[in-house]
Amino acid sequence: MDYAGVVTLEILYMIAFLALTSAGLAIVFGMMRVINLAHGEFVMLGGYTTIACYNNGINIYFAMLLVAPVVVGLVGLIVERSIIRFLYGRMIDTMLATWGLSLLLIGLVTLIFGNTAVSVPAPITGYQLGEYQMGGYNLFIILVTVALLIAMWAALRFTRAGLIARGAMQGADVVASLGYDPRKVYMYTFSAGAALSGLAGGVLAPLTGLLPSSGGAYIAKAFITVITGGAAVISGTLSSAVILGTVNQLVSFAAHPVIGEIAMLVLAIILLRLMPTGITGRFFRDGT
Amino acid sequence: MSGVVETQELTMRFGGVTAVDAVNFSLRERELRCLIGPNGAGKSTFFKCITGQYALRPENGRVFIRGADVTEWNTHDIVRLGAGIKTQVPSVMNGLTVEENLWLSARRVHGWAGAGGAVEEITAELQLGEQLRRLVGELSHGERQMVEIGIVLVQRPWLVLLDEPAAGMTGNEVERLVDVIRHINQTASVIVVDHDMEFVRMLGSRVTVFHQGAILTEGPATSVLNDPVVREVYVGNRAA
Amino acid sequence: MRSWPSVGQIRWGWFLLATAILLLLPLVTDTHTPTVLLIWALFALSLGMMWGYAGLLSFGHAAYFGLGAYAYAVAVINIGESTVPLILSMLVPAAVAAVVGAMMFYGRISDVYMGVITLLVTLILFKFMSATAGDAYVIGDARLGGFNGMPGFHTLNVPGYPEISLFGLPTYYVCAAVLLICYLICRWILARSFGRVLVGIRENEARCELMGYNVPAFKTAIFTVCAAMAGLAGCLFANWAEIVTPRVFSLGQAAEVLIWVIAGGLGTLIGPILGAIALGYVKLLLGEQTVIDNSLVLGAVLIIVVLGIPRGVVPALQSVWAAAERRARGRTGSGQGARRTLGASNRERT
Repeated sequence: MDYAGVVTLEILYMIAFLALTSAGLAIVFGMMRVINLAHGEFVMLGGYTTIACYNNGINIYFAMLLVAPVVVGLVGLIVERSIIRFLYGRMIDTMLATWGLSLLLIGLVTLIFGNTAVSVPAPITGYQLGEYQMGGYNLFIILVTVALLIAMWAALRFTRAGLIARGAMQGADVVASLGYDPRKVYMYTFSAGAALSGLAGGVLAPLTGLLPSSGGAYIAKAFITVITGGAAVISGTLSSAVILGTVNQLVSFAAHPVIGEIAMLVLAIILLRLMPTGITGRFFRDGT
Repeated sequence: MSGVVETQELTMRFGGVTAVDAVNFSLRERELRCLIGPNGAGKSTFFKCITGQYALRPENGRVFIRGADVTEWNTHDIVRLGAGIKTQVPSVMNGLTVEENLWLSARRVHGWAGAGGAVEEITAELQLGEQLRRLVGELSHGERQMVEIGIVLVQRPWLVLLDEPAAGMTGNEVERLVDVIRHINQTASVIVVDHDMEFVRMLGSRVTVFHQGAILTEGPATSVLNDPVVREVYVGNRAA
Repeated sequence: MRSWPSVGQIRWGWFLLATAILLLLPLVTDTHTPTVLLIWALFALSLGMMWGYAGLLSFGHAAYFGLGAYAYAVAVINIGESTVPLILSMLVPAAVAAVVGAMMFYGRISDVYMGVITLLVTLILFKFMSATAGDAYVIGDARLGGFNGMPGFHTLNVPGYPEISLFGLPTYYVCAAVLLICYLICRWILARSFGRVLVGIRENEARCELMGYNVPAFKTAIFTVCAAMAGLAGCLFANWAEIVTPRVFSLGQAAEVLIWVIAGGLGTLIGPILGAIALGYVKLLLGEQTVIDNSLVLGAVLIIVVLGIPRGVVPALQSVWAAAERRARGRTGSGQGARRTLGASNRERT
């Protein structure tokens, strides 16, 4: 019984992890059809920001929930203005340029922070579930993710910004006909996506030692989650996070963590092959 | 099954809309037929169904080409049977020259040795000589259409299927096209889908009128184009 | 064929010059570094052929490089003589590519998704191989070794004489010869109908289909051939490094080869080769100091190339050269310069 509880929590945690780390990428992809391969590095930057703040005496919750998103959001703004905005509509070029950006950021962070792992202690301690010791921080992550998804849904549904965003998902001309400059909308969207990635990085910072190359761990899974999920930002990301996360954890428990990861990757290939436009379908309406 | 093209109860639905409704169509050898009808009548969908551009299943009906059941075939297999297909959306290789486009098409059927000769013949027939070395992407829309027709014809198909071949062509080009189609018709069966009434009148063939996914009427061009029922279908659609 | 562009033509003058340089290089410098540069050039050539001429962009071409390396190592440890392992280093990646390729191309998977799926394949291999530490993971006598890889295996030997194995100068000459031969093979493919159909597929796949060509079959074929070439490069790499680690499958390796190709020039054969040699050399130089990180440079290069020189350096230079030539001869031609790189729409189709 306790074991079932542990497994369930681990599955929930995995789903939350995938959803949280994919949210930023999903927004940018769902609304702008931009695949940002530097997304993992945005997450990593969020982590570094949080750790830097903590080491300078700033409250950790403040650092991870506020400072990290703002800082990385600003970075996203700069990136959009200097690189992304020249490449709209050029899907492959965007992937290549952002891959270059990811390498650049890794290089920069290595330059500034060096190549040894930095870390920060988890603010919430563990608890007992029957005879198993659980990390309490995982619960916090699940809660943050749920709150975040609800907030995103509410924002999309009930705010003016959300309406514009949903218009943007249909196309730039829709946004323009609503009276808004698509370029500005894209600029804010990309920054928002970056901010979310920073938030994810901040929240995840206490988990393990952070290295400049940590972004690599996030990008692969986030990428797979978003593409498998399809164009719908929230339902797509959530549904693929649920499927992939569940499979990952179940197989991990049954066999071996590495096999669990591989199973998740193989499942993604199968899903993509069967549903080439993702679970929530209809990606490139005008793609060639 | 005596026709060169035959459909049985051909049906195509998109969501709740029935675009092609249990159509029974037949084309005889060496016949030239025009398919006309207002927008949304289903003629282009019908065209795509018989050219393998949709993945058809048994419930969609049957399509036969010279007796062979090609219902579930894909496009390149139908082409390999000996059909030449020009789609509604122009499909040429803009980054290559006219000659290269034609050569690639000719090569598939005539082999390396025969391709050059076939290209020369078609160039003369369609008067593409001046544009041979130019990149297709640089040509006008009408010229590109002509090149595409060249790509189709250089394979010497015995069944030619053209979806809106006259779109974007100048008056002179349309006249040339009519001559070309009449010329091919001497050795091949031809189906032409188009909106342009003048063009259809010039071709002067048997005409099949589509309306709301089904065949409304069929007959020689002169009588069909003057048929009040047909006119009303067009006018009615425009008003609605 | 009168005016088909010169993709299939070999410019023998340049080729002989390159051969001469490769032959004489050992007289001026130590061959250890040039050897790996030539190997990387071969790897880049295999991707450049597929991407530049058939329009197939694989984000995980490193998978086949790695499979070639591992196939060679495992086989040579088990067999003891290197002829069969060498062949396996090409056959194993080719077989995997045939399966993956068929799955993708017959399923009409396009651009972006092909990128994702190929990325996933190399990721899976990387994760799997990294976790194979311990005695349980063996193929025959070969322990896979997990993250630390497989050291200490026989290098290539003269067929039939396992005692006479290569390292140092002979390895350099073998790599140079292989590169030159593969280059010639690529040119030969491009001059055949097969190569021209590939270009047609790159330009307009639907139209090729309408001409009656079996497009998925062509794509799978070239994908397989290029995987075999990458595998061969992997085998040579294993011989040069004398160790095989999962790093060959890594995202880093996958990114590097892509950057070499695109920086050097998409749509040419010489571009990827030069890109690999130049950037590979830069990487080795940077590796010897710690101030500027290699990632930084590669990343910056990629961004600059994508933003500024989308077709890569070699085509850009060729345009400059062709323009200068035209000016020199006072011609105002229609752009059919002697070195047309076939097709304006090289990379982007959206």
